[in-house]
Amino acid sequence: MPQLRIVVLVKQVPDTANVTGDAMKEDGTVNRAALPAVFNPEDLNALEEALRLKVRHGARVTVVTMGPPAAVQVLRESLYRGADEVILLTDKAFAGADTLATSYALSLAVRKLGGCDLVLCGRQAIDGDTAQVGPQTAEKLGYPQITCVSRIDELVAPADVAHGAVTATRSIEGGFETLASSLPCLLTITGEANEPRPASVKLVMTYKGIAAEAMPDYDDTYLDPESDAAEVCMLGRDGKPVCRAKVVQWDHLALEADREALGLRGSPTRVKEIESVVLAQSEARMVEADEAGVAALVHELIEEHILG
Amino acid sequence: MSNFYTDNPDLQAALRRLDLARVVRLREDDYRQAGEFAYAPRDFEDAVDSYERTLAIVGDIAGEFVEPRAEDVDRAGSELVDGEVCYAPGIAQGLERLKQADLMGITLPRKYGGLNFPISVSVMIVEMVSRADPSLMNIFGLQDIAETVNKFADEDMKATYLPQFASGEVTASMALTEPEAGSDLQNVQLKATQADDGTWRLNGVKRFITNGCGQLSLVLARSEEGTTDARGLSMFLYERDEHMRIRRLEDKLGIHGSPTCELQFDDAPALLVGERRRGLTTYVMSLMNGARLAIAAQAQGIAEAAWRAAAKYARERVQFGAPIGELTAVRAMLADMKVSLEAARALLYETALIVDMKEVLEQRIAQITAPGSAAGEPSAAGPLGGADDLKALRAELKKYTRLAALFTPLAKACCTEMANNVAYESLQVHGGSGYMRDFAVERHSRDARITNIYEGTTQLQVVAAIGGVLGGTLAAQLDEYDAEDFGATPELLERVQRARARLAGAIARVREQDDVRYRDFHARRLVEMAIDVSCGYLMLHAAQDDARKLLAARYFVDAMTARVAAAATQVVAGDPAVLDALSQLGSI
Repeated sequence: MPQLRIVVLVKQVPDTANVTGDAMKEDGTVNRAALPAVFNPEDLNALEEALRLKVRHGARVTVVTMGPPAAVQVLRESLYRGADEVILLTDKAFAGADTLATSYALSLAVRKLGGCDLVLCGRQAIDGDTAQVGPQTAEKLGYPQITCVSRIDELVAPADVAHGAVTATRSIEGGFETLASSLPCLLTITGEANEPRPASVKLVMTYKGIAAEAMPDYDDTYLDPESDAAEVCMLGRDGKPVCRAKVVQWDHLALEADREALGLRGSPTRVKEIESVVLAQSEARMVEADEAGVAALVHELIEEHILG
Repeated sequence: MSNFYTDNPDLQAALRRLDLARVVRLREDDYRQAGEFAYAPRDFEDAVDSYERTLAIVGDIAGEFVEPRAEDVDRAGSELVDGEVCYAPGIAQGLERLKQADLMGITLPRKYGGLNFPISVSVMIVEMVSRADPSLMNIFGLQDIAETVNKFADEDMKATYLPQFASGEVTASMALTEPEAGSDLQNVQLKATQADDGTWRLNGVKRFITNGCGQLSLVLARSEEGTTDARGLSMFLYERDEHMRIRRLEDKLGIHGSPTCELQFDDAPALLVGERRRGLTTYVMSLMNGARLAIAAQAQGIAEAAWRAAAKYARERVQFGAPIGELTAVRAMLADMKVSLEAARALLYETALIVDMKEVLEQRIAQITAPGSAAGEPSAAGPLGGADDLKALRAELKKYTRLAALFTPLAKACCTEMANNVAYESLQVHGGSGYMRDFAVERHSRDARITNIYEGTTQLQVVAAIGGVLGGTLAAQLDEYDAEDFGATPELLERVQRARARLAGAIARVREQDDVRYRDFHARRLVEMAIDVSCGYLMLHAAQDDARKLLAARYFVDAMTARVAAAATQVVAGDPAVLDALSQLGSI
């Protein structure tokens, strides 16, 4: 029976949730040096869904990120939580990528892995907040997609039904929508889906010092406990042997990418202008906390077409 | 973002000061395990790095996950539904979280899935979890039971049960107390009878059993019919089945998330742990000593939470036009709390280190003397270098065994009484608000209250410690402290030494008197002086290269010397006639 394959796309982002005074430069762009780099929160939710599916269906979870060499840290964090295989896409050629160029590189990586049954990613990253990379990657792979997923209701592995199927619930304005799709499929996951697990201290001790290795040819035999290339490092909670992972590093050559479609060159998006919006309080009014006060306020809001 | 490790410089400093190099080297078989297990350290530096990372992960779980649920856990408590215990939701979630982080077998050997961490590090973990929710710590901390199984059970039992502990698959309880056997455990009545086929069955009742609903229990039972003393008791491992009924859950003052069960065993099958008749004398004593250290850490965590609550409230609460924390009276309360917290922590980790030394020496000696053991080969370059000879190891073990037997009750008495005082003062700083359930401090006060009762009341800790205080064990250790370099603080050293001299005077007076009643009357004062003087040296030690600590040490020594002088005066020059009045004064 072929093992269920799940690819999780993750991103290292500046921690915009804990903004300090010097978080923004004079020109209004993000001062990356002042913000610690963290695992994009909703990508952790996506990883958590993958790891839960792994417990239920025995999947292999592969985590892919594109970023500078320092982005290896999010891959370590993925290993700490139980990912089986991690891929770092790093190359000067990838630098300056917008969502189009990013999704191009990520889709090539998924293809190089031989495709998969399920691609999971966070709904959006907290630095750009575009929510475009997931959908664009699905388009490039030709996979159906379900975005803004708050719950994966059911997954039927490909072995059981010809192509397998997934049912997921997504948040839409004013309610929820439950959709079913054949596999392979890409899902973008929201923060509502779960509370991501903590790092396992055993895996932290195992992988804390791991560095990326350039391995341009995809060869995953080291993940097979039976193979000579494997190094079994412990027994998992399910009692099965855990093979020591590697951080596989690919550049644009390994992806056989069109150089023109990568990085800044492949990114049509341009920042034309940045407007620094300061939300200043212009007027404040105290409303009496009684029937008459509230009624007057509601009346006024309706008058001004703010309500109703 | 709240992390109970990274926000606590004193705890981080405690790890830095712990002289664990030898403990870890011995525990790790001179780092030979690194070849066998991917997560074993290659050297001491690697090990400490792993401890720090682990502590930061626990700090995050405690601060971000456990603490925010603690209030709901306190309100919800546990429930008994159809004979089964339902944990408060926050307890079940917290346990799952700690399990996911692989923290359920902290000190167990790696071959059973454990982390093989030193006890000192596990005490830090317990402290942080307790700061977040001491009731969760109770269930989490019962992994100590696995340590007893590891020490005394046969290999079959270990191979079957220890991996279940380490994976967090099971939780456990220690079933010792009975209605008529509380502090006096030699009076245990629960009967263990052996059938002709060699299997054992348990019959009887256990009371006040923390997490008695756990899948595994270590049960102290009377295996020798007709006996009435400790030597008729054996230890059994009982795996939950239909032969044990949870009769009731206690309705308690605090630690509501921790279910306290009354258990009735009806012909319940159980396995004998180790040898018959050694249940209380060897195994429970070992179990208890581990548990006492854990409770000291639990109290330490509660005190940390209570002090922080007070400091925060005092900064925010404005009266008379300024935060109350700016009033000298309140400032002094906060400083008293914090300094007593730091002094107790110094004693706690000193004790943990002593226990660590004792454990690794025991292990090493067992390795060397095991028949046909590879470790037995006389190695010039053994883990201890030149000192790896049996005679020297045994002498050292003797020393650390004595020290552990003295310091464990000292630390338990010190930390748990300190926690109650700090919680009391913290509530006082809160004023009327502190009496309301809107603030966490009333919960801290209720939770702290059990710590100086269970695993032996403070009064029993005094009984356990007094021999070492009056005999030479304390004096020998204080001599060692005295020989350290306190060059940075000569005048403070002199004050600590004067306090020590007063303690010595009081000890001499009690020994001269040679009267059990006199000794028992003053035992608590003597033990408190012993704690104070020991903490004095330990605070000075920490102050040598730390300006902030020097202030704390100065503050501590100032109050400590006054306390010791008062207590010593009462012991040395007190009116002997008051002893005769005791029976008439307190009774009704």
